[in-house]
Formats: sequence, structure tokens, C-alpha cells
Amino acid sequence: MKEIFEIRWHGRGGQGAKTAALLFGDAALSTGKYIQAFPEYGPERMGAPVQSFDRMSDKPITIHCGITNPDIVIVLDSTLMKTIDVTDGLPDDGYLLINTHKSPAEIRKEFNIKGKKIATCDAYKISEETIGKRIPNTPMLGALIKVTSILDFNQMLKDTEEKLKKKFLGRPEIVKGNLESIKKAYEEVKQE
Amino acid sequence: MKKGWKELPIGTQIIKPGSSEDFKTGDWRIEKPIIDFDKCIHCLICWIYCPDSSIYVNDNKVTGINYDFCKGCAICAEECPKDAITMQSEVESE
Amino acid sequence: MEKMIVAKTGNEAMAEAMRQINPDVVAAYPITPATEVVQIFSSFVADGRVDTEFVPAESEHSALSACVGAAAAGGRVMTSTASQGLALMHEVLFIAAGLRLPIVICEVNRSLSGPINIHCDHSDTMASRDSGWIQIYSEDSQEAYDNTIQAMKIAEKVFLPAIVSVDAFIISHSMERLEILPDEEVQAFIGEHRKPYDLLDVDNPITLGGLDLQDYFFEHKRQEIEAMKEAKAAVIEVGKEFGEKFGTSYGFFEEYRMEDADLAIIALGSTAGTTKVVVNALREKGMKVGLFKIRVFRPLASEEIKKSLEHMKAIAILDRADGMSSFGGPVFHEIRSCLYESEKRPIVTNYIYGLGGRDIFPEEIESVYKDLEKVAEKGEVKNLINYLGVRE
Repeated sequence: MKEIFEIRWHGRGGQGAKTAALLFGDAALSTGKYIQAFPEYGPERMGAPVQSFDRMSDKPITIHCGITNPDIVIVLDSTLMKTIDVTDGLPDDGYLLINTHKSPAEIRKEFNIKGKKIATCDAYKISEETIGKRIPNTPMLGALIKVTSILDFNQMLKDTEEKLKKKFLGRPEIVKGNLESIKKAYEEVKQE
Repeated sequence: MKKGWKELPIGTQIIKPGSSEDFKTGDWRIEKPIIDFDKCIHCLICWIYCPDSSIYVNDNKVTGINYDFCKGCAICAEECPKDAITMQSEVESE
Repeated sequence: MEKMIVAKTGNEAMAEAMRQINPDVVAAYPITPATEVVQIFSSFVADGRVDTEFVPAESEHSALSACVGAAAAGGRVMTSTASQGLALMHEVLFIAAGLRLPIVICEVNRSLSGPINIHCDHSDTMASRDSGWIQIYSEDSQEAYDNTIQAMKIAEKVFLPAIVSVDAFIISHSMERLEILPDEEVQAFIGEHRKPYDLLDVDNPITLGGLDLQDYFFEHKRQEIEAMKEAKAAVIEVGKEFGEKFGTSYGFFEEYRMEDADLAIIALGSTAGTTKVVVNALREKGMKVGLFKIRVFRPLASEEIKKSLEHMKAIAILDRADGMSSFGGPVFHEIRSCLYESEKRPIVTNYIYGLGGRDIFPEEIESVYKDLEKVAEKGEVKNLINYLGVRE
């Protein structure tokens, strides 16, 4: 692993790209890492393409510019790939993790992607089954850990549970559903 | 001698209450009000109107004018219902 | 002492410091990107976690005016704002300083309109630099937190108000690892509230805000200037005490790998952090480069700056604001002026960068060091004022 591991999240306004970045950052912090988690800010519009970012390191992180060459790109909505080059700046050995029902091979063919390690996960289906809504961000956290092994899965699960408990005070079914979705995505993510 | 910056209290504080008493505005006056006590009925209208609180009153009776602070605005003379107050030039009264 | 390690944004960090300071009064009018500071703090008020009287004002002008009144009445007072908000506070800034009220503003550096923009540059605080407020710039969330706590103490030592600022979004909305001190430690550190006077002290009545004309105004301003000089000692004293108690000492500036450096970049705020990465990379290639991070811009530590920088071969000053004088940015003017008294007088160039939140990358900072190398080699400057990252 290089000194600083960098993640770029692609989503649409309202899909929780920012929350996913914050949840990941928080979970990484509780395993003793130094982290940064930040959204790309602009006018906030439901449905518009948005990005958010994570940095993670064993040492203090002082760099404070945007992330242009991430180690992994996570796409919360595959329809974004028709208009945005989500692989921009992603090195050849980088990961591309996409929320789609398609297989990595189908994606590679459809978008003519050379190099990169592609993984796919049907986060919409999983979130509908577990949370009852199409919320792709939490399941993709599970898929991210499986694909990259950058955090201890159980530790992340525990920390996310605490965070969600605070966020959804008095609504335990939402917390349970979200945790379930993370576990499911961890198991179901498809890799090449 | 006015105080230098090292001696003044900070933040523009004026730490002595009622320090306006030290600022005698009576020398602004070019005409001075004179009360004719034969005409005065002690209605205290001059006392009410005086903007500088310069009418002396004792036991509900007008007793005189504080010339240290009276600026000679002549409101008292204007308002007096008995014309008991007249304005006299400071030059003449010298 | 048990420090709590959490993940917080710059705004959350400043709001947390405000909670631990537990001021008597916070009067505020929230504005992007400092909205969260006020919003989070108001939830502390609603939840009874602070004893603060919270005054939601109808404008920043009113907010700071209420702060002035509350501080004059003997309260410990804080607020938060950014950009246009600080601009609207502008006339009251001078009044707070002139009345010597130790108010602290948690500020988020955002460009002043126009054109309208919500992202980072330093035009807002730079436009306020001559208002008599102490100014402390923060590199990251941790510094925003540490600086807010120290600012309260520094301000009350010399009876001058203080602004603690962070870069908009880059820090204000970026979640980072943050070490939080126990509440009681913060209270013990800032100590008993020190006030210059107290309008509600009926046993010692005073008049405040009297007309101050030719015969006294200058003397009062001279006092204010002296207080800013005294603030230098207070900054050092408080920064040292903070280090002794909590582990990280602070001064006017941070000298990063400057011991044997020939070429230096001067920067404020988050860009200093990015510059550290570049310094490390270039050091590996054998270049003698360093970073001089200005933390406290008011008071300006002119003597200390001269002493630290005069032996450099060449210096580039990064300004995230332009003075609109056609002669570069404010940091450039002031640091260069500090060096005028030196016999060695190193070459000093200026780079205006990052206006309106334009991102700055390590490659660009590296190009500045490369420029400096050439300048130092030839001993002559081709471009004194440069614009980094703008499309030609």
C-alpha cells in the first residue's frame, strides 16, 4: 500500500456519496489510521453528479488538495458512466467498483475499459432488500472493504453501527437494515 | 495638562461618573436670562423646559439660575407665562 | 490526560472548542461556509450543554454589535462568520478593537464577492487586517481547535479581539483526525474570564463610547497599537503553555525543514500542509528547500521574521488574496518589508494563487521551488509578481 490510500466516490446528489466518505473515514479512524474525508462542494442539487473523497494513512496527512489519482473509484450510480469518465486519473492497477447488476466483464466490454481491476455490486437490489429503499452508499462500503482489504471488516461494521445509531436515534430498524446491507454487499460483490 | 496614552484608562472609558459637571458650558452664552421675582409665580415651567437643568429650585420655588451651565438658549424666557424672564446681553451686563 | 480522538471537520472542531470555552454570549448570523459552526453551537445551547445566551441576530453587523455590547457588559463573548459576513461586520470590527473587547470570531476564509463565490481565499480576513484584531490562521482542523482555545486566552491577556480562521471547505468541511481535550482542561487553561471593564459593575460606573476627538483619539489608538505589540508576548506565552500542558507548542510561525534551507516558500492555512509534502519530496532529491508557515499575521512578528528569513537565498510568498494595487498580495508586502532592515536582504517574489477556491496541487508548488532555484542561481528576478494556476 502506498503511503496515502485515496478513494474517489461518484454519485448523484442525494445518494449519500458524502455520507459514504464520512462513514469510511470514521471507520478508518477508529482502527488508528489518519484520515481525511471531504466532498467536492458546489451547488447542491438532487440528482446532479457529485464526488466525494477519502484519504487514509498510517502517518499524519498534511496534503490538502483535491484527489486526482485515486487508488479506487467507487460509482454509486452506473448511469453516471455514460456522461462522466469515472476512470479519469485512475492508474492501471487501480480499482473500479461499480453499483450495477452487471458483471465486471460486461462493464469492461460496455465501456471499453483497459486495465484497472473492476468489481461490481448490485447495491440497489441489496438496499431494497435490506433497508427497503434504493440507498447505495452503505452497501458499497461493504463491497469496498472486500475488494481492497484496507480495513478490518468487523471493526468497520462495529464503528458504522455506532455512527448510524447516533444518526438514526430511535429508529433501530434503519440501523439494522444498513448493517445487513453492508454484510450482504461484502458477500455478493463480484470481482474479475 | 491632559494625560498621555500611558496614563489614560484603556478602551475610551470615562471612569469618573458625572464628569460633565467639570465641563462648564456657561461660557457659550451671549445672552443671560434674568428672573424678575416680582412677576414669577413659581409655576416651574422654566425648570421643566431648561435643556441644561440650570434652574435652581428649592422647596418648589424657583430660586435662581446656574450660570455655570446655562448656555443662554432663552427657552425659559420664551416659555415663561408671566414674562418674568428676560434675556440680557452678556456684553451689557459686564 | 485522556485526549479523545474523533473525526471532525474544521467547523465541527471550532464549534467544539466554543462549547468547551462555554462563553457567556454568542451572537451570530450564520453564513456559508461557517454556517455549521453557528448551527452546531446553537444545538449545544438547545441541549443545555453550555450556559451561553445565544442571540440570533438579523445581520452580521447586528451580531457583532450585540457581541460588543455583551463584552462591554463584562461577558466572555464569541461569534462566527465568513466572507461577506466579516465584510458586513467591518465597521464594528474597529469598534470592538477600539473599545478593547476580547471577542473571538471563528472565521472561515471565503472569497469576497464579486463575482460571487463561496470557496476559499483569504480576501476576507486580509481586508480586515488593519482593524486591530489579532489574526491566527489554521492549517487543519486540529489547529482550528487549538487556535480557538488559545485565541480566547491571548485576547483576554491583552484586551484585543481575535479572529481564528480556516480555509473554506478545504478545512471547514473536510473531516480529519482531531484530538479533543477534556472539558475541564480547556476551562483550566483559559482560566477565569478577564475583562477590561464591566458596564454592569454599578459600584464602579463608567461611560463608554464617548466622542473622542482630536485631543484624545490618538492617545487611545496609541494604546491599541501598544496592546498589539504586547500581543506578541501573549501569543508566545500562551502557545508555550499550551505545549507544556497538551503536547503541541505554537508560535508566530512554523518553520518546516528550514534549518539548512536556501529556498523557502511562505504560506498560510491549508496550503502550508500541501507544501510540506512538496518539501519532503524535493529534499529527497537533494534540494535545500523549506516552508515558513505564518500562523499569526496580527500581530506581525517583524523582528522574528527577519531573523528567520534573512539568510535565505530566495523566498517565494504565496498570497491567497491580491491587494489590487498592481503590486502583489498583502503577505508579500509585509514580509518583504520586514526584510528591508536586513543587510542580507534575500530575493523575495510573490505568487498569487487559489483565488475563489482554485485548487493548488503539489506540482504547482514544486514549480515555485524550481523558479526559486533559477532565481537564486542567476541572482535576478524575471517576474516579481506571479499568478499561479490561472488560465492565460
